[in-house]
Amino acid sequence: MRNSRTLRLIAGLMCAGTAVAACGTSSTSSSSGGGQGFTPPKLEAMSQLGQPEGALNILAWPGYAENGSNDPAVDWVTPFEQATGCKVNVKTFGTSDEAVSLMKTGQYDVISASGDASLRLIAAGDVEPVNTSLVPNYADVYDFLKNKPWNSVHNTAYGVPHGWGANVLTYRTDQVSPAPTSWSVMFDPNSPFKGKVIAYDSPIYIADAALYLMKTKPELGIKNPYALDDKQFQASVDLLKQQRPLVSEYWSDYLKESQALKNGDAVVGTAWQVTVNLTQSEGAPLESTLPTEGATGWSDTWMVSAKSPHKTCAYKWMDHIISPEANAKVAEYFGEAPANPKACSLTADAKHCETYHAGDSAYASQIWYWTTPITQCIDGRTDVQCKDYGEWTRAWTEIKG
Amino acid sequence: MSIAASVSGYLYRKPRLRLGMLLSAPLLWLGLAYLGALAALFVTAFWHTDTFTGQVVTEWSLDNFATLVSDEVYRTITLRTLGIAVAVTVVDAVIAFPMAFYMAKFASPRAQRILVIAVMTPLWASYLVKAYSWRVMLSGNGLVGWLFGATPGYGLAATIITLSYLWLPYMILPIYAGLDRLPNSLVEASGDLGARSWRTFRSVVLPLTFPAIVAGSIFTFSLTLGDYITVKIVGGANQMLGNVVYDNIGAANNLPFAATVATVPVVIMLVYLFVVRRTGALDNL
Repeated sequence: MRNSRTLRLIAGLMCAGTAVAACGTSSTSSSSGGGQGFTPPKLEAMSQLGQPEGALNILAWPGYAENGSNDPAVDWVTPFEQATGCKVNVKTFGTSDEAVSLMKTGQYDVISASGDASLRLIAAGDVEPVNTSLVPNYADVYDFLKNKPWNSVHNTAYGVPHGWGANVLTYRTDQVSPAPTSWSVMFDPNSPFKGKVIAYDSPIYIADAALYLMKTKPELGIKNPYALDDKQFQASVDLLKQQRPLVSEYWSDYLKESQALKNGDAVVGTAWQVTVNLTQSEGAPLESTLPTEGATGWSDTWMVSAKSPHKTCAYKWMDHIISPEANAKVAEYFGEAPANPKACSLTADAKHCETYHAGDSAYASQIWYWTTPITQCIDGRTDVQCKDYGEWTRAWTEIKG
Repeated sequence: MSIAASVSGYLYRKPRLRLGMLLSAPLLWLGLAYLGALAALFVTAFWHTDTFTGQVVTEWSLDNFATLVSDEVYRTITLRTLGIAVAVTVVDAVIAFPMAFYMAKFASPRAQRILVIAVMTPLWASYLVKAYSWRVMLSGNGLVGWLFGATPGYGLAATIITLSYLWLPYMILPIYAGLDRLPNSLVEASGDLGARSWRTFRSVVLPLTFPAIVAGSIFTFSLTLGDYITVKIVGGANQMLGNVVYDNIGAANNLPFAATVATVPVVIMLVYLFVVRRTGALDNL
């Protein structure tokens, strides 16, 4: 690697001139060894809490850190601020990719990372291990959510599980009948909803196509939609290219999707339950379903930035957000299964946990949680190389055309 | 003698130093903050990122440019963006010319002032509000469908309509300025020599105001080439060059490739400016 002095000077100038955060040191982390295909940078977890620092910058999915500004009744940030004295700043992101970029700025203390972001954050050294003994509510969290491939490496916890859910199939009941039970309404080239389909705008959406192929084309031998070899990957990409003419829009902003569904510019699509709830509350005839093929989904983890100057506040926040009260409010507002079983008795809808199969580990295992694709196939195959996220990203531009 | 007076006396005797001090701030701005950042951008285009951790690897290679040229999708996107830019420019020129012509040649001085303000008012409103209003108007049950019985829906047509709306003032004002400078006596002379109005327009007005139209087109063209928000709001599933740049930074966190893609509009604009330089359009800016 040629790393001459001039080059570093230019790099320095670039950092100064463009104020771009991505220009750290160019340490090419070796991707060898380790059960999960990489060795994370050596970082220590906190050993004990200090005094709260008085401020906390949160990077969260929309709906995860509500302070009453969207809806005065929905607020679990203010009680936290009052209890700890940590003044909270919330920045929301639309996709995991956006979250990873934002996290690199080092301006945020905690992040609610989905599985397709968490491994990247760990590998880049953006987040550090979490000492779970400093998070009292961690003890209550369902065991089947702890030390999973997306929130731990070699049994070291990198965060606190928060909740999980599926990317559901949503449809307008007045225009889509009978009620769909399969993703084929979105993928079949002869779908009657041509030009009215709305799909998720992120490379990780390729996994949705792979999941559909897993059930409809078993000869491809897809075992895990995040572990795709050349042939399987190409088949998924081709399926999405074939879907492209059906698509009216790709959404990354859930509010934009909600508006499209409400106005009838889209009648069927992939959505989060929170979008469905929001759109229903505005009077649109909308329903959601978990199709027979299953669905992709997310299992989210609160993680602490390695560069955070407010770590005590960060730990207090993690403890607060998985406390029964806060976890119940988030789960119900966002439309997901809470991580803390004690939250189930505190939801306004007594059947919330039942509806979302909260404690049902068998159901949870049916959902393919977002996981960052890496060259080592995570379904256990060692004779082939899988496509990594860089290739997924390039293919995504190509799919959109 | 006070210090101020002695300093001013010293500066008076050294005109070069005076000039240097006067120009140092703008030159520093232009040289470092503006051109320096641009240069840094081009340097970045030759690097690449570690696809998993997303960190920039400072190794020189032409791979990014090779991808840009060899992948068909980037050619398609470049051509689509160019097409949109040309369409927006043509639409704006066709709408702006009669408007500017009326403003410059027929309206009373008072009406002229009011019209100039009216043309500028949309510039004071937020870009996003205007783009989202078009999203609502072009929606299936929006204003456009209600008025005309049909709506183009979200797609390239909607993108061209919205961008034409957004950039129209940038076309009207240069043409208005150009027409304002066109002496009425020339038009009258043409009439005296027997030319009918169409002939006068074609042989006198149009050639003399063409540089002004080109000056306006530089705005509509370059602004469209760099846009990514409108197409995201009303463009349906389509993407433009700006979206590729945005996705590579926002989603893929691949700053080097984003920089490579960003060179495309720069090159297009350089070629365009080189071509229009001869029309004298640059004197009209």
